[in-house]
Amino acid sequence: MTSRFGQPARAPRVTLPPFEEIVTLHGPTVLRVCRAILGPVDADDAWSETFLAALRAYPDLQPGSNVEAWLVTIAHRKAIDQRRAEARRPITVDVLPERPTPSEADSWDGDLWAALAALPPKQRKAVAYHYLTGMKYAEVATVTGGSPYAARRAAADGIATLRKTYLKGDTR
Amino acid sequence: MTTIHEPEVDGLFAALPMIDEEANRRLHSRLIRAAEQAGLLDVSYRTIDTPVGTLLLAATEKGLVRVAYEREGHEEILERLALEISPRVLHAPARLDEAAKEIDEYFAGRRRGFELPLDFSLSRGFRRMVLAHLQEIGYGTTASYASVAAAAGNPKAVRVVGTACATNPIPIVVPCHRVVRSDGSIGQYAGGVDAKKILLTLEAAA
Repeated sequence: MTSRFGQPARAPRVTLPPFEEIVTLHGPTVLRVCRAILGPVDADDAWSETFLAALRAYPDLQPGSNVEAWLVTIAHRKAIDQRRAEARRPITVDVLPERPTPSEADSWDGDLWAALAALPPKQRKAVAYHYLTGMKYAEVATVTGGSPYAARRAAADGIATLRKTYLKGDTR
Repeated sequence: MTTIHEPEVDGLFAALPMIDEEANRRLHSRLIRAAEQAGLLDVSYRTIDTPVGTLLLAATEKGLVRVAYEREGHEEILERLALEISPRVLHAPARLDEAAKEIDEYFAGRRRGFELPLDFSLSRGFRRMVLAHLQEIGYGTTASYASVAAAAGNPKAVRVVGTACATNPIPIVVPCHRVVRSDGSIGQYAGGVDAKKILLTLEAAA
């Protein structure tokens, strides 16, 4: 029997490291993924919800699991939730949600986000999950659903489009 | 974690920073706040610099659960807390502000006793009873292993008292450094004999 994240049931006895280690090790990658799939504004909320949910579930995580894939799975679900909530949100908002002072990197190249945002969501996610993490296509497919082949295809199409839209005429 | 980039897409995501210290700090504090509100901050920790070196302080919701000397290996101590209490271990200095303040005052000679809630869940049975009796040894005084054994109700358990002191999870605050050999020699200490001398000298001078 193997768990969803590929941990064999009879593994040598390993224990869960302190959660702080998980945040230090994977926080930056998950933030990059959140920024790539949701854009600079919503990434913070998605990251926060992801790590709070992960902290809640952490004691039940099988030691030795692929933590990165586990976190990306949670982030993926949180991103879907956020999009749904947005669709329900009334258009007029009296009080703007509290935004912390953005760091320099929060204003990361608007052109890249514009190009990513223009991709079909499936392609954007496949690109982000595969290229910004160490996840193989089989693992990406576990998160997004569908076959590894479809994930590879979506990522390849996404990258091809990005090359045309984002890198086109790039003189830097 | 190694990221397997196909070479031709390297640079495509250059606009997305790999490391964004400012965002990491901001998100970390937000996580701590949310975890605290949700009651998920099982173990919080911080370090403080003292005359006996950098100390690791860890607390549960019940109180201070661990004070560890550098020589005990802070990383290893955190791993053991994750195993023995909960893996929900987070660096949350603010939760240990009061403990840090009292320990600072102690080393400045301005504090003779601690008023911190303590969590003894890392020790059990007779050892735990010994720790309770250690708190009765007053500031600036010492007691022998034998007298502590007698006070804990088992005069023959001198060796167990030694073990209880050596494995005291909350040294300094629970004053195992005040237990010395019957012949007056200083005895062992988890923080090293030098640290024990520093503490006893500090208390004798104040």
